[in-house]
Formats: sequence, C-alpha cells, structure tokens
Amino acid sequence: MISIRNVSHRIGQSQILRDVSADIPDAGITALIGPNGAGKSTLLNLVARLLTLQTGRIEIDGQDIARTSSRDLALKLAIVAQQLGVASRLRVRDLVGFGRWPHHRGRPGPEDEATVAEAIASFDLGALQHRFLDELSGGQQQRAFVAMGFAQGTDWLLLDEPLNNLDMFHARALMARVHALSRPEAPRPRRVVMVVHEINYAAAWADHIIALKDGAVAACGAPTEVLTNPVLSALFGMEIRVEELHGRPLILHHI
Amino acid sequence: MPERRLMLLAALLTAASAFFLFWGLKGPVGFILELRATKLAALLVVGVALGTSTVVFQTITGNRILTPAIMGFDALFLLMQTVLVFLLGGIGYATLPGGAKFLLETLVMMGAAMLLFALLMGRGRQDMHRMLLVGVIFGVLFRSLTAFLQRIIDPSEFAVVQGAMFASFGAVDPLQLAIAGAVTVLALAVLWRIAGELDVVALGRNAAIGLGLPFDRLVLGLLALVAALVSVSTALVGPITFLGLLVAALAHGIMRTHRHAFLLPAAGMLAALVLVAGQSLFERVLRMQSTLSVIVEFLGGLFFLYLVLRGRIR
Repeated sequence: MISIRNVSHRIGQSQILRDVSADIPDAGITALIGPNGAGKSTLLNLVARLLTLQTGRIEIDGQDIARTSSRDLALKLAIVAQQLGVASRLRVRDLVGFGRWPHHRGRPGPEDEATVAEAIASFDLGALQHRFLDELSGGQQQRAFVAMGFAQGTDWLLLDEPLNNLDMFHARALMARVHALSRPEAPRPRRVVMVVHEINYAAAWADHIIALKDGAVAACGAPTEVLTNPVLSALFGMEIRVEELHGRPLILHHI
Repeated sequence: MPERRLMLLAALLTAASAFFLFWGLKGPVGFILELRATKLAALLVVGVALGTSTVVFQTITGNRILTPAIMGFDALFLLMQTVLVFLLGGIGYATLPGGAKFLLETLVMMGAAMLLFALLMGRGRQDMHRMLLVGVIFGVLFRSLTAFLQRIIDPSEFAVVQGAMFASFGAVDPLQLAIAGAVTVLALAVLWRIAGELDVVALGRNAAIGLGLPFDRLVLGLLALVAALVSVSTALVGPITFLGLLVAALAHGIMRTHRHAFLLPAAGMLAALVLVAGQSLFERVLRMQSTLSVIVEFLGGLFFLYLVLRGRIR
C-alpha cells in the first residue's frame, strides 16, 4: 500500500496540492483522474521522488520515501514520466535494458538479458528493438519507455499519462497488457498507478480511482462509486452522462 | 565495432605524435626533442581535457550544441587577463610568476563555475535552462567589461591582451603543464569509473532518478570535474571555443554508441589528434607559427553553423 498523508506542494506562488491524504491499495490498477492542473502528475512525481516532498509524508509498503535511499526505491517502484526525448542515440533494446540498471549497476548478467527480452516481447517491440529511439514515432517511444519501466521488475509501476500519443489500437493494447500484469494470477502481479486523461480507460480497466480537483482529493473508491453523474459533473464542471456497459461505467463526455 | 574504431584513433594519434616529434629533426637533437615533447604534452593534455569535458557537459545538459564555453568560461579568462594587464601594466603582467598566476586563474575559474552551479542547483530547482541562460548573460557581461577595459588601456598594453585572446602552444611553462596534466589524469580516472553512470545520466533527470541514481549530487560533482578540466586547459594555453564542440560531435558520429566508456576516450583522442596533426602541419610543413587555434576556431565555427543549419543537433 502507498499511503499519502497531509501532502502539500507549492511551486513558486501557486499551491499545487493542498493537504492531500489518500491510500493507494494493493490491488491492480489505480487511476488518478481530474481536470488539467488538478495536481495528478505532481502527486505521482512526489510518490516517485522525482519532486522533493515539501510537507507531509509518503510511505510505500511501510517505507518512508524521505528516509529510503533512491537506490533502494528503484528496486521497489518504477516510474515512467512524461518524456521529453533522450539526448543519446539509443536503440530500443538498449533503452529497455536500462530498466535493469538498479539490479546490475552497469554489468548486466544473463538474467537481465532474459528480463529485457521478456519486456520487449510483452510490449510488442520485437520488430522495433534494433531501431534508434529518435527514428520512432511518439507512440512507439512511449511503449518503449513503459517496457523499460516493466523491465525494472518492481512491485509498483507508476505511469504518467502512458496513453499520450498512442493510437486507439496501441492504447487498448497497452491497457490490456498493463491490466494483465496487475492481475493476481499473473506470475508476478504488479501494482500499477497511472495518470489517465481519457476517463473511459479508467472506467474500463482500473480497480481503484482517485479523483483530484484543485490540488485536493475530490473522491476516491471503486470505479462504480466514483464514475457517476454527480461526482464527474462536479469534478469537471460540466454535465456528464454516465451509462453502464457490461457492469462498468461508460462515460459519454464527448456528446 | 567501437573497439576497432578506438584502436584506429589511438594508432592515428600515435602516428601524428611521432611525426610531430621526429619530422625534420636536425641540429641539437636533445634540446629540440625536449622542446617538442613539452609542446606535444601540452597539446595532448589540452585536447583530452577539452574533448572529454565537452562530452560530459553535453550529456549533463542533454544538448549537443552546448559547450562549457557558452557558460562564459572563455569570457571570464579574457576578463581576468585584461584586468591583470589593466592593474599591473604590460610589463608587470609579463613578469608575473607563471605557477602562481596559473593556480590563481584555475582557482578563480573553478570557483566562479561552482558558485554559478551551486547557486542555481542548490535551490532544488535543477533548472538547467536557467543556469545556461545565466551563464550566457554572464558571458556577455564579462565580454563587455573586457571590451570596456581594453578601450581605456594603453594601445601597446592592448597588444599584450591580444596575445592572450587566442590559444597559444608556443611557450608552455613546464610547471603549469605538470599541474594541468595531473588534474586532467585525476579527472579522467574518476570519469572512467563512472562511465556507466554517465550513460544513465544521458537518459535525463526523471529516468535517471527513477533508476536510483543520486542525480543532483552526481551532476554537481560532474560539473566540478568539467570546471576543473576546462579551467586548467584554458589557463594553460588560452581559450579554444569550438574545438570541444567539433570533437564531441565527431565522437558521437564516429562511435555511434550511447556508451561513455567509448565516447569519452574517442572525444579525448580526436581533440588531441586535431591539435597534434594541425600543429604538425602548421609548424613542420607550412612553417607558420601560432595560427593553429585561429584555424581550429574558423573550421570549428563553420562546422558549428553546418550542424545547426542541417538540424543535426537537437
């Protein structure tokens, strides 16, 4: 479980998060949703220690992230942040290989090679593995970075808007893949926390939802509890119709 | 194969060095060899220091057009020379004890670099772009101050300053060379040990921290190394702005790998090769003196424009 207690964060004059407390349960996929500027990415980056915690406390499986070394955290959680491009001329396989760095620190063994091969196969990158990263489309790069996070082999996998740049084929494939990885019957179930913009992906695949608005938690719980007409209408400040399909909410926000 | 290309570079560098040492050797052989060996050592130290420091700097900043020179290093060096001439006069400047002046210059430049880096990184902002912008603005400030001082000094003393404006391998002080060599070797040893970490740094801050690297601390240490390397080489021979850029781009192009274990030696050897081969050509073949750095700057500048216009650098 990731427990977030009384976390506030300000950047310059603007208060991004106000006294956020929430628990991310040990179950499947947790989706962070909310309008632009709600503080979703900031919260995720704080959990992943990419931003320094200003006030409050975050514990991952009982370990206080402020007191745990970055190196130990790298064995506990992997973060796939929003990418701004990589300066080196890297092949996809090399990039995915970097996911193993926390384990081998520069000297990969056969075990690491096997994990990398598995990650490449698992995210459908076989045909691209010898291509240079800067020759790929944004969506293909995005998949390579998620595969790198997976190769890190951690219990927790944090994804910041992983569906950005992906077409509907690859977006669905990625969600299905991540979903399968997070099921209890998977060989090594991962716990996934993701920031999602397209709310129907959260509705269809997530097990737990945390909704943020103006830097505070607006609602949290199972998809059927959070993704309802009153909650969503208040969250996004517009009237949103919610239907039901196969027992899951279907949000008609575009019409 | 990157290994083969490194070997080839090493062979070329050895050949160029041998040519520089032994071509057209006549007269008092021992004396001339000693003179040439000192010069060769200076060329090697400066080349290796500039080549490797530029690659490291570009890796940290994640940008292939930046070189330490853009942070105002060269401008600071020239300002120091101008201030010294202004305060002491041309004769006073020329008679300064070499070792002390060298140490002072190195320390001031390292201090200024670290002050700039620490000031901007220590606030937990890790804002590379702001740091670079401040560096560029300081560079302009230093250059303007230099130009102002040069206007108000005696024309004959201006000639002394002018001599320091371009790198010269003509008269290298052996003591300064020894200090610069020791600093460079030490820095290289450290860089060699953390070449793997540098590969991770190149992925960018977020990815590097995600993989458990103490990114901010590491970058501060690396910037200190870069500052040391650039400072000793500039204090030794003077500013060479575009050499680092030239060889860093060549090293990436030739080695075609992301691994710094190959990139660093390649950039170091390429820079040394450009300097040694160029100096041989000018001194031994064309019989010209102290024009190498001008040519390197000219070609380097053209190459820089080419890279920018072709969009080869991102």
